[in-house]
Amino acid sequence: MGEVIVITSGKGGVGKTTTTANVGTGLAKLDKKVVLIDTDIGLRNLDVVMGLENRIVYNLVDVIEGNCRIKQALIKDKRYPNLYLLPSAQTRDKTAVNPEQMKKLCEELRDEFDYILMDCPAGIEQGFKNAIAGADRALVVTTPEVSAVRDADRIIGLLEANEIKQTHLIVNRLRMDMVKRGDMMSSDDVVEILAVDLIGIVPDDEHIVVSTNQGEPLVGDDSLAGKAYLNICKRIMGEEIPFLDLNGRMGLFKKLSSIFKKN
Amino acid sequence: MGFADFFRKKTSSNVAKDRLKLVLVSDRAGCSPEIMEQMKNDIIAVISKYVEIDLEGLDIKITQEPDGNNGTVPALFANIPIKEMRSKK
Repeated sequence: MGEVIVITSGKGGVGKTTTTANVGTGLAKLDKKVVLIDTDIGLRNLDVVMGLENRIVYNLVDVIEGNCRIKQALIKDKRYPNLYLLPSAQTRDKTAVNPEQMKKLCEELRDEFDYILMDCPAGIEQGFKNAIAGADRALVVTTPEVSAVRDADRIIGLLEANEIKQTHLIVNRLRMDMVKRGDMMSSDDVVEILAVDLIGIVPDDEHIVVSTNQGEPLVGDDSLAGKAYLNICKRIMGEEIPFLDLNGRMGLFKKLSSIFKKN
Repeated sequence: MGFADFFRKKTSSNVAKDRLKLVLVSDRAGCSPEIMEQMKNDIIAVISKYVEIDLEGLDIKITQEPDGNNGTVPALFANIPIKEMRSKK
Protein backbone atom coordinates (compact mmCIF):
# COMPACT_ATOMS: atom_id res chain seq x y z
CA MET A 1 0.00 0.00 0.00
CA GLY A 2 1.42 3.35 -1.03
CA GLU A 3 1.68 6.43 1.11
CA VAL A 4 0.07 9.75 0.17
CA ILE A 5 2.20 12.80 1.10
CA VAL A 6 1.04 16.37 0.62
CA ILE A 7 3.64 19.12 0.21
CA THR A 8 2.18 22.38 1.45
CA SER A 9 3.15 25.76 2.92
CA GLY A 10 0.36 28.31 3.06
CA LYS A 11 2.50 31.08 1.65
CA GLY A 12 3.36 31.04 -2.03
CA GLY A 13 6.85 31.06 -3.45
CA VAL A 14 8.62 29.24 -0.63
CA GLY A 15 9.50 26.20 -2.76
CA LYS A 16 6.63 23.69 -2.66
CA THR A 17 6.90 22.75 -6.31
CA THR A 18 10.71 22.56 -6.26
CA THR A 19 10.48 20.38 -3.16
CA THR A 20 7.86 18.11 -4.73
CA ALA A 21 9.96 17.69 -7.89
CA ASN A 22 13.16 16.93 -6.00
CA VAL A 23 11.70 14.71 -3.30
CA GLY A 24 9.69 12.79 -5.91
CA THR A 25 12.67 12.33 -8.18
CA GLY A 26 14.84 11.37 -5.21
CA LEU A 27 12.42 8.68 -4.06
CA ALA A 28 12.36 7.32 -7.61
CA LYS A 29 16.18 7.28 -7.61
CA LEU A 30 15.97 5.22 -4.45
CA ASP A 31 13.96 2.65 -6.44
CA LYS A 32 10.50 3.60 -5.24
CA LYS A 33 7.56 3.83 -7.60
CA VAL A 34 6.39 7.43 -7.39
CA VAL A 35 3.64 9.58 -8.86
CA LEU A 36 3.62 13.38 -8.54
CA ILE A 37 0.25 15.12 -8.70
CA ASP A 38 0.05 18.84 -9.43
CA THR A 39 -3.11 19.92 -7.60
CA ASP A 40 -2.74 23.61 -8.42
CA ILE A 41 -5.54 23.71 -10.96
CA GLY A 42 -5.33 26.76 -13.22
CA LEU A 43 -1.68 27.47 -12.40
CA ARG A 44 0.23 24.54 -13.80
CA ASN A 45 3.89 24.50 -12.70
CA LEU A 46 5.20 21.12 -11.69
CA ASP A 47 5.41 19.98 -15.33
CA VAL A 48 7.92 22.70 -16.29
CA VAL A 49 10.00 22.20 -13.15
CA MET A 50 10.15 18.49 -14.03
CA GLY A 51 10.88 19.24 -17.69
CA LEU A 52 7.83 17.29 -18.87
CA GLU A 53 5.73 20.16 -20.21
CA ASN A 54 5.83 19.00 -23.82
CA ARG A 55 4.31 15.65 -23.14
CA ILE A 56 0.97 16.52 -21.58
CA VAL A 57 -2.09 15.04 -23.23
CA TYR A 58 -4.59 14.64 -20.41
CA ASN A 59 -4.67 16.23 -16.94
CA LEU A 60 -6.01 15.86 -13.42
CA VAL A 61 -9.44 17.28 -14.26
CA ASP A 62 -9.75 14.90 -17.25
CA VAL A 63 -9.13 11.98 -14.88
CA ILE A 64 -11.60 13.25 -12.28
CA GLU A 65 -14.29 13.91 -14.88
CA GLY A 66 -13.73 10.53 -16.50
CA ASN A 67 -12.59 11.85 -19.88
CA CYS A 68 -9.70 9.40 -19.76
CA ARG A 69 -8.32 6.57 -17.64
CA ILE A 70 -5.68 7.39 -15.00
CA LYS A 71 -3.02 5.47 -16.96
CA GLN A 72 -3.59 7.63 -20.04
CA ALA A 73 -3.01 10.84 -18.11
CA LEU A 74 0.14 9.77 -16.28
CA ILE A 75 3.34 11.05 -17.93
CA LYS A 76 6.23 8.67 -17.58
CA ASP A 77 9.56 10.33 -16.83
CA LYS A 78 12.15 9.15 -19.36
CA ARG A 79 15.04 9.53 -16.93
CA TYR A 80 13.50 7.38 -14.21
CA PRO A 81 11.29 4.50 -15.30
CA ASN A 82 9.36 4.39 -12.00
CA LEU A 83 8.52 8.12 -11.86
CA TYR A 84 5.21 9.53 -13.15
CA LEU A 85 3.52 12.93 -13.25
CA LEU A 86 -0.17 13.75 -13.26
CA PRO A 87 -0.28 17.38 -14.45
CA SER A 88 -2.95 19.86 -13.43
CA ALA A 89 -5.37 21.53 -15.82
CA GLN A 90 -4.45 24.97 -17.08
CA THR A 91 -7.83 26.14 -18.33
CA ARG A 92 -10.01 25.26 -15.33
CA ASP A 93 -10.12 26.40 -11.70
CA LYS A 94 -10.11 24.87 -8.23
CA THR A 95 -13.87 24.28 -8.21
CA ALA A 96 -13.52 21.65 -10.97
CA VAL A 97 -12.51 19.13 -8.29
CA ASN A 98 -13.77 18.36 -4.78
CA PRO A 99 -12.07 16.66 -1.79
CA GLU A 100 -14.14 13.45 -2.14
CA GLN A 101 -12.96 12.97 -5.72
CA MET A 102 -9.34 13.56 -4.70
CA LYS A 103 -9.65 11.01 -1.92
CA LYS A 104 -10.96 8.45 -4.38
CA LEU A 105 -8.13 9.17 -6.81
CA CYS A 106 -5.54 8.69 -4.04
CA GLU A 107 -7.10 5.37 -3.06
CA GLU A 108 -6.88 4.14 -6.65
CA LEU A 109 -3.22 5.15 -6.97
CA ARG A 110 -2.21 3.56 -3.66
CA ASP A 111 -2.24 0.04 -5.07
CA GLU A 112 0.05 0.96 -7.92
CA PHE A 113 2.61 3.30 -6.30
CA ASP A 114 4.86 3.42 -3.22
CA TYR A 115 4.57 7.18 -2.87
CA ILE A 116 1.93 9.60 -4.11
CA LEU A 117 3.13 13.20 -3.73
CA MET A 118 0.60 16.03 -3.90
CA ASP A 119 1.94 19.47 -4.81
CA CYS A 120 -0.47 21.76 -2.96
CA PRO A 121 -1.38 25.27 -4.16
CA ALA A 122 -0.69 28.28 -1.92
CA GLY A 123 -3.53 29.41 0.31
CA ILE A 124 -6.00 27.65 2.60
CA GLU A 125 -9.03 27.53 0.34
CA GLN A 126 -10.53 24.83 -1.87
CA GLY A 127 -7.25 23.94 -3.60
CA PHE A 128 -5.63 23.24 -0.22
CA LYS A 129 -8.62 21.20 0.93
CA ASN A 130 -8.47 19.14 -2.28
CA ALA A 131 -4.75 18.50 -1.91
CA ILE A 132 -4.88 17.31 1.70
CA ALA A 133 -8.08 15.26 1.35
CA GLY A 134 -6.44 11.91 0.71
CA ALA A 135 -3.12 12.54 2.46
CA ASP A 136 -1.59 10.35 5.18
CA ARG A 137 1.18 12.75 6.01
CA ALA A 138 2.36 16.24 5.20
CA LEU A 139 5.60 18.05 4.49
CA VAL A 140 5.27 21.71 5.41
CA VAL A 141 7.76 23.89 3.55
CA THR A 142 8.78 27.24 4.99
CA THR A 143 11.57 29.76 4.60
CA PRO A 144 13.09 31.48 7.67
CA GLU A 145 10.96 34.61 7.18
CA VAL A 146 8.22 35.92 9.45
CA SER A 147 5.52 35.78 6.77
CA ALA A 148 6.29 32.20 5.70
CA VAL A 149 6.60 30.94 9.29
CA ARG A 150 3.32 32.56 10.31
CA ASP A 151 1.51 30.94 7.38
CA ALA A 152 3.19 27.61 8.12
CA ASP A 153 1.82 27.77 11.67
CA ARG A 154 -1.69 28.28 10.31
CA ILE A 155 -1.25 25.36 7.91
CA ILE A 156 0.02 23.08 10.68
CA GLY A 157 -3.10 23.91 12.70
CA LEU A 158 -5.34 23.11 9.74
CA LEU A 159 -3.52 19.82 9.06
CA GLU A 160 -4.07 18.81 12.69
CA ALA A 161 -7.72 19.77 12.48
CA ASN A 162 -8.05 17.58 9.39
CA GLU A 163 -6.43 14.66 11.19
CA ILE A 164 -3.32 14.32 9.06
CA LYS A 165 -1.37 11.87 11.18
CA GLN A 166 2.19 13.04 10.58
CA THR A 167 3.46 16.53 9.83
CA HIS A 168 7.10 17.29 9.15
CA LEU A 169 8.85 20.57 8.51
CA ILE A 170 11.29 21.53 5.75
CA VAL A 171 13.19 24.77 6.28
CA ASN A 172 14.03 25.97 2.80
CA ARG A 173 16.43 28.60 1.46
CA LEU A 174 18.48 28.90 4.61
CA ARG A 175 21.51 31.19 4.31
CA MET A 176 24.12 30.22 6.86
CA ASP A 177 26.11 33.42 6.40
CA MET A 178 23.04 35.47 7.39
CA VAL A 179 22.19 33.12 10.27
CA LYS A 180 25.71 33.58 11.64
CA ARG A 181 25.38 37.36 11.43
CA GLY A 182 22.12 37.12 13.33
CA ASP A 183 20.16 38.43 10.37
CA MET A 184 18.19 35.28 9.62
CA MET A 185 16.34 32.89 11.91
CA SER A 186 18.07 29.53 12.14
CA SER A 187 16.30 26.23 11.51
CA ASP A 188 16.34 25.72 15.29
CA ASP A 189 14.54 29.03 15.76
CA VAL A 190 11.87 28.03 13.26
CA VAL A 191 11.43 24.58 14.82
CA GLU A 192 11.14 26.14 18.28
CA ILE A 193 8.39 28.49 17.10
CA LEU A 194 6.40 25.94 15.11
CA ALA A 195 6.95 22.95 17.43
CA VAL A 196 6.90 20.27 14.72
CA ASP A 197 9.53 17.70 13.78
CA LEU A 198 12.14 18.79 11.27
CA ILE A 199 12.74 16.50 8.29
CA GLY A 200 15.07 18.67 6.23
CA ILE A 201 17.07 21.86 5.93
CA VAL A 202 17.69 23.02 2.37
CA PRO A 203 20.26 25.79 1.88
CA ASP A 204 19.69 28.67 -0.48
CA ASP A 205 21.56 27.36 -3.50
CA GLU A 206 22.06 28.85 -6.98
CA HIS A 207 22.08 25.34 -8.41
CA ILE A 208 18.32 25.20 -7.78
CA VAL A 209 17.74 28.07 -10.21
CA VAL A 210 19.91 26.39 -12.83
CA SER A 211 18.18 23.03 -12.38
CA THR A 212 14.75 24.66 -12.68
CA ASN A 213 15.90 26.47 -15.83
CA GLN A 214 16.82 23.12 -17.32
CA GLY A 215 13.82 21.20 -16.04
CA GLU A 216 15.98 18.65 -14.29
CA PRO A 217 15.63 18.17 -10.54
CA LEU A 218 19.08 18.26 -8.90
CA VAL A 219 18.36 15.80 -6.08
CA GLY A 220 21.30 13.50 -5.44
CA ASP A 221 23.96 15.58 -7.20
CA ASP A 222 26.99 17.15 -5.54
CA SER A 223 25.39 20.48 -4.71
CA LEU A 224 24.41 21.17 -1.10
CA ALA A 225 20.72 21.40 -2.05
CA GLY A 226 21.00 18.15 -4.01
CA LYS A 227 22.39 16.39 -0.96
CA ALA A 228 19.83 17.96 1.35
CA TYR A 229 16.95 16.76 -0.83
CA LEU A 230 18.29 13.22 -1.06
CA ASN A 231 18.61 13.14 2.74
CA ILE A 232 14.97 14.22 3.03
CA CYS A 233 13.97 11.30 0.78
CA LYS A 234 15.86 8.84 2.94
CA ARG A 235 14.27 10.25 6.09
CA ILE A 236 10.83 9.91 4.49
CA MET A 237 11.65 6.24 3.96
CA GLY A 238 12.43 5.94 7.66
CA GLU A 239 16.22 6.12 7.67
CA GLU A 240 17.95 8.17 10.33
CA ILE A 241 20.28 10.58 8.57
CA PRO A 242 22.11 13.37 10.40
CA PHE A 243 21.47 16.91 9.16
CA LEU A 244 24.02 18.35 6.74
CA ASP A 245 26.72 20.67 7.92
CA LEU A 246 25.63 23.74 6.00
CA ASN A 247 28.68 25.77 6.81
CA GLY A 248 29.63 25.07 3.27
CA ARG A 249 32.28 23.15 1.46
CA MET A 250 35.38 24.74 2.85
CA GLY A 251 38.56 25.07 0.84
CA LEU A 252 41.72 23.56 2.24
CA PHE A 253 43.01 26.89 3.44
CA LYS A 254 39.79 27.75 5.22
CA LYS A 255 39.69 24.30 6.80
CA LEU A 256 43.23 24.71 8.10
CA SER A 257 42.61 28.17 9.43
CA SER A 258 39.43 27.02 11.18
CA ILE A 259 41.43 24.27 12.91
CA PHE A 260 43.90 26.86 14.15
CA LYS A 261 41.12 29.13 15.30
CA LYS A 262 39.67 26.38 17.47
CA ASN A 263 42.93 25.89 19.34
CA MET B 1 14.34 45.00 29.54
CA GLY B 2 15.88 42.51 31.95
CA PHE B 3 19.46 42.50 33.06
CA ALA B 4 20.32 39.52 30.83
CA ASP B 5 18.71 41.12 27.78
CA PHE B 6 21.04 44.06 28.16
CA PHE B 7 24.01 41.97 27.12
CA ARG B 8 22.18 39.97 24.49
CA LYS B 9 22.60 41.77 21.21
CA LYS B 10 19.22 42.42 19.65
CA THR B 11 19.85 41.00 16.20
CA SER B 12 17.20 41.20 13.51
CA SER B 13 16.65 37.44 13.74
CA ASN B 14 15.87 37.82 17.45
CA VAL B 15 13.45 40.61 16.60
CA ALA B 16 11.78 38.33 14.03
CA LYS B 17 11.50 35.50 16.54
CA ASP B 18 9.98 37.67 19.25
CA ARG B 19 7.49 39.26 16.87
CA LEU B 20 6.48 35.87 15.50
CA LYS B 21 5.94 34.40 18.96
CA LEU B 22 3.63 37.26 19.85
CA VAL B 23 1.60 37.22 16.66
CA LEU B 24 1.21 33.44 16.72
CA VAL B 25 -0.33 33.54 20.19
CA SER B 26 -3.30 35.52 18.93
CA ASP B 27 -3.34 33.59 15.61
CA ARG B 28 -3.54 30.26 17.41
CA ALA B 29 -6.21 31.43 19.80
CA GLY B 30 -8.25 32.54 16.78
CA CYS B 31 -8.80 35.78 18.64
CA SER B 32 -8.77 39.02 16.67
CA PRO B 33 -7.81 42.29 18.38
CA GLU B 34 -11.46 43.42 18.10
CA ILE B 35 -12.77 40.36 19.93
CA MET B 36 -10.02 40.78 22.50
CA GLU B 37 -11.11 44.37 23.07
CA GLN B 38 -14.77 43.35 23.47
CA MET B 39 -13.85 40.61 25.90
CA LYS B 40 -11.72 43.04 27.88
CA ASN B 41 -14.57 45.53 28.13
CA ASP B 42 -17.01 42.84 29.26
CA ILE B 43 -14.61 41.61 31.93
CA ILE B 44 -14.12 45.16 33.18
CA ALA B 45 -17.87 45.70 33.29
CA VAL B 46 -18.51 42.57 35.35
CA ILE B 47 -15.70 43.12 37.82
CA SER B 48 -16.54 46.80 38.23
CA LYS B 49 -19.87 45.76 39.75
CA TYR B 50 -17.98 44.48 42.78
CA VAL B 51 -14.70 46.37 42.97
CA GLU B 52 -13.20 49.55 41.65
CA ILE B 53 -10.35 48.66 39.31
CA ASP B 54 -7.31 50.53 38.14
CA LEU B 55 -7.80 50.83 34.38
CA GLU B 56 -4.28 52.17 33.90
CA GLY B 57 -2.59 49.09 35.30
CA LEU B 58 -4.95 46.64 33.62
CA ASP B 59 -3.38 43.84 31.58
CA ILE B 60 -5.49 41.21 29.83
CA LYS B 61 -3.97 38.98 27.17
CA ILE B 62 -3.88 35.48 25.75
CA THR B 63 -0.68 33.58 26.41
CA GLN B 64 0.58 30.05 25.84
CA GLU B 65 0.89 27.81 28.90
CA PRO B 66 2.60 24.39 28.92
CA ASP B 67 -0.01 21.64 28.94
CA GLY B 68 2.30 19.20 30.76
CA ASN B 69 2.61 17.14 27.60
CA ASN B 70 5.35 19.01 25.73
CA GLY B 71 2.73 21.14 24.02
CA THR B 72 1.08 24.39 24.90
CA VAL B 73 -2.49 25.52 25.41
CA PRO B 74 -3.80 29.05 25.17
CA ALA B 75 -4.59 30.69 28.50
CA LEU B 76 -6.33 33.93 29.34
CA PHE B 77 -4.01 35.98 31.49
CA ALA B 78 -5.54 38.87 33.41
CA ASN B 79 -3.77 41.16 35.83
CA ILE B 80 -6.37 43.55 37.24
CA PRO B 81 -5.23 45.86 40.03
CA ILE B 82 -8.01 46.75 42.50
CA LYS B 83 -8.22 50.33 43.73
CA GLU B 84 -10.89 49.80 46.31
CA MET B 85 -13.41 47.16 47.32
CA ARG B 86 -16.95 48.32 46.83
CA SER B 87 -18.12 47.26 50.25
CA LYS B 88 -21.82 47.19 50.83
CA LYS B 89 -22.84 49.83 53.31
